[in-house]
Order: sequence, then C-alpha cells, then structure tokens
Amino acid sequence: MTVETFSSVTDLAARLEAGEFSSEELTRHYLKRAHSFTGLNAFITIDEDRALSEAEAADALRARGEATRVTGIPIAHKDVFCTKGLLTTCGSKMLGNWVAPYDATVVARLGSAGVVTLGKANMDEFAMGSSNENSHFGAVANPWETDRVPGGSSGGSASLVAAGLAPAATGTDTGGSIRQPAAFCGLTGMKPTYGRVSRYGMVAFASSLDQGGLFAHTAADIALLLPYMAGFDPKDSTSSPTTDDWLDACRREPLAPAEGLTIGLPKEYFDGLGVPAAAVDAARRALESAGFRFREVSLPHTAAAIPAYYIIAGAEASTNLSRYDGVRFGHRCGNPESLDDLYERSRSEGFGTEVKRRILTGTYALSVGYFDAYYLKAQKIRRLIQEDFLAAFADVDLLLTPTTPNVAFEHGAHADDPVTMYQQDIFTVPASLSGLPAVSVPCGFHEGLPLGMQLIGPHFAEQNVLRTAEAYQRLTGWHLEHPEGF
Amino acid sequence: MSDIDIRHLTALAQLKLSEVEAEAVAGDLARIIDMVDQMQAMDTEGVRPLAHPLDTAARLRPDEVTEIVDRDLYQAGAPETEDGLYLVPRVVE
Repeated sequence: MTVETFSSVTDLAARLEAGEFSSEELTRHYLKRAHSFTGLNAFITIDEDRALSEAEAADALRARGEATRVTGIPIAHKDVFCTKGLLTTCGSKMLGNWVAPYDATVVARLGSAGVVTLGKANMDEFAMGSSNENSHFGAVANPWETDRVPGGSSGGSASLVAAGLAPAATGTDTGGSIRQPAAFCGLTGMKPTYGRVSRYGMVAFASSLDQGGLFAHTAADIALLLPYMAGFDPKDSTSSPTTDDWLDACRREPLAPAEGLTIGLPKEYFDGLGVPAAAVDAARRALESAGFRFREVSLPHTAAAIPAYYIIAGAEASTNLSRYDGVRFGHRCGNPESLDDLYERSRSEGFGTEVKRRILTGTYALSVGYFDAYYLKAQKIRRLIQEDFLAAFADVDLLLTPTTPNVAFEHGAHADDPVTMYQQDIFTVPASLSGLPAVSVPCGFHEGLPLGMQLIGPHFAEQNVLRTAEAYQRLTGWHLEHPEGF
Repeated sequence: MSDIDIRHLTALAQLKLSEVEAEAVAGDLARIIDMVDQMQAMDTEGVRPLAHPLDTAARLRPDEVTEIVDRDLYQAGAPETEDGLYLVPRVVE
C-alpha cells in the first residue's frame, strides 16, 4: 500500500471504495505517522486500540455494502469534543484525567458514518488562545517552521493535518480558532454558520459563539465531511432546523465550483494592511479572470469587534466555567478546609493563567455597576456589526478578506501581552459575532510561511463559500504546497 | 486607568490568587479593560442588544422524559463520592 503523505480525503475515499487498501491498513499508516512526529505535540491522546477497532468496523460496514463516502477515513478530533471512554481534557489540568461518559454529537455522527478516530488533538486551554501556547499539555509546533506557533485555539488539529498525520481534523471556532490556525498552517478550514453543527458534547467556552468545523487540505474535502457532522440536533437548544439539499447532495457527488458570483472587499480589512495585501489581491485577480465580479464594500463598525468580542466571550466563559467546582468532575484540591476553600483552590489549581484572565474579564463585565457599560454595550455593538454584514450582503454574495494580519509568529512573541495577542483575531472575530459561515483558504506565502484568505457568506450560505473556495483551488495550487520533512 | 478591585473580582469568580499572581492579573486586566473601553466611543443609542447570532430565542421541546440519568456512569468521573453521593467538606456544624 502506498499513500501519499498529504493525501486528500477525497482521494483516500475513492481508493478505499476501489478496494486499493482497507481502512485498517490506512489507519495503521496514520497511526505510525502520528507516533513518528510526536515532536509537534499535536496530539494529546492517541488511542491505537480504539482506532483499529473502529477501522475494522468500517471495513465490515463496507463489506456489507453499507459504506458512506467517508467510511474508513481516519481523522483526529480536537480535544474539546467529548469521546466516550476516551480522555477529553480540553487542554486543561482541570480536565486532565476526565473521561467523557458520552460522545459529542459530532463524534457520534462521524463515527456512525464510519469515520475513524485516531486520537484527540492538542488545543489552547478551554479553546482560549490564538497560538496554542496556553495548553496544559504544552505548546504545539507549526510544521512549516517549528519555532513558530500553529495558531489557536485548534492548533493541534491544524498542525497534525498540515504535517500529514491525518487527512482531516475537527476543530471549533469561537473567534477564529479554526480559520486562523488554518491560515498559519496552509490549510483549508471552515467555521460553519452558528447552529449548523451541534454543540452537544463540545465543552462550552462562549455558547453564543462556539461552532464546530473542519480542517482539511481542500474545500472539496470539507464539503465531503460536513454533511456527516452537520444538521439539526434536538440535544442542542441552539441547533438550527435548517436543512439543505446541496448539503445532502455532498454525500453523493463532488462539490461543483461556483461561477459568476459578486464578491465584496470590505475596505476596513485592507486599510494599512501589510503582508497579506498582495496575496489577497492576486487571489482577487485570479477569481476575476474566472468571471467573479468584485466591488468595495464598507463594514464601518469593524474596529469595535475585538473589544465587544472579548467582553461577550469573557462574560459567557465566566458563566460556563463556573461549573468547574471540584465536586462533580475535574480537578479537586487536596484537604479542603471548607466548601469555599474547595471551590477556590480547585479552580485556582485547575485553570491556567489565560483562562483566569478571561474569567475575571467576564466577571468584571457582568458585575454590579458595570453590566450596562460593558456587557450590554458589547451586545449592542454586536448588532451593529451584524447589520454591517447584512447590509453588505444585500449587494454582494460573499466577502473576501485576509484571514490574519500576518503569518505565524514565533513562540513567545506575544506571551507577555494579552492585548496584542487578542488583536491577532481582528479579521475573524466579526464573522463570529455575527454567526456567519467563513472559510480560510491558502493564498500564498511570505518568507516561506503560508498566508490565508477568508471567504465569508450570509447565514447558511456555506454552499457559496465552499464552492467559491473550490473554484479558487481549481485556479491555484497554494493548497497543494506542503511543509518539508514530513 | 480602570478601577479594578482584584480581590473583589477573584472572590466573585471563586478564585484564590497569590499576591504575585493577583498583581500580574490586575495589570493585565487593566490593559484589557482599557482596550475594551474603545467601545465607549461608539454611538449605540437606540440599538437593541444582540444576544443570539441568529437573533432567535432558544427552542423549547415537549415536556417529555427523554433521558434516564445513569448515576453510576456520571459519578465515575467525580473526584470523591460515597454511596452515590458527592462528598464535600462539612457545611453545617
């Protein structure tokens, strides 16, 4: 069996279907690679026995003629998704020994389609971070240059797909946690519309923002996997009942490229933009030559997105993370003297520095006398930001922006300065606040490191986002570039 | 500079920080609050707050039993239990 190091899911699925190799053989191939490149620190847990038994079950499914198009494909799950009987740490000491008693809907749905779980990917603690330096299990390396960060918070997922340790991985995106690491690692990464993918069993950070999604090499691969993880889930009260024929069709046929759409370039994203400007402009020209039309649009409230986001996300985090009390699950301090002592020391020992910062930011914003000035103000700005997008989408089908202001930075570059770190999310946060689907697509390089561009669509318009990414990937070869040494 | 009472905030959040840690976090928090204070310059008069990105309320379901709690399974991950109960320090003397 020969498998190209950076095979696409689409290619592997076709070869599994043709009987060129079994899922068990393919799973052994990726397990071996995962064990060979532990220096990246991209996995928190690799479960060989579970992966091989799932692969056997996938092969049996195929033998019975019940295979889906993704049956037998091995992937990794971000360690934010609950996996029954398997460690789910969320990158935190708080959940360092926690074994989930049930599967997240994402894990269960992909599993029942025959997708194999290789293991759990490293991440910033409780998905809070833009560099994957906040994990209790150590920082993750970017395969393109190992002294650089892979981005965050889904840094492990991005690093392991970029290094060819799995052909795809799940991630979650609250303010950019799929798109930014996809850009930093040269991958295609999608955050679907809020409500498209169930949050059941996805450890909560900021419930009005969190959304599950995917990393892969191509838009076609994301379109292939998405129908097997998306869709209404009665177990998630914010899950959308929206159903789409196109998404269902992705189970049967490859994604067709988009044609003739009108794409907006929001000027606020390009003002004073350094490194990525030329790459995004080249992408515009490539798409223009294929018949896409472009026009400048304005999203005037963009500058307020980062402040509003860090208030809303902090407020929701401080509420969600109050469940970690040392009583029902998670870390518990030794010899507590009183109930308050139990709560305080368990939480203080279990949470890392950035998580404490966010909890305290949220506590401040929600405390008596500050609620109106911070939390309500942020929610009002959230509406203004969303109205900017809705107004723009009256004139254009999609928006094209850079994904990040720069390429991957070095480990430790922003470690002492949370405010500078927060600014890294400036181009991804507005779509998150508005619940919009967005994909990051490789669009060039700067000093040997990948650059990403972001396509943002109206609510539930993933089809146009992915089909435009597909059109772009038929015109260019940036997504086919891979790091050396793997 | 923001008026941050770090002791009050840590008490509300049920966190206990050392002197050194509290001082560092208070400094970070002051810079974060200064950054988010950019919001105050924005006119939001008459704007309704947006809590849900699709601007809808949480969906309700029929009031029917759909889950049976498996106490042993859910307590398997608890730090300390006894006879199906969670153990905490004595609350009432």
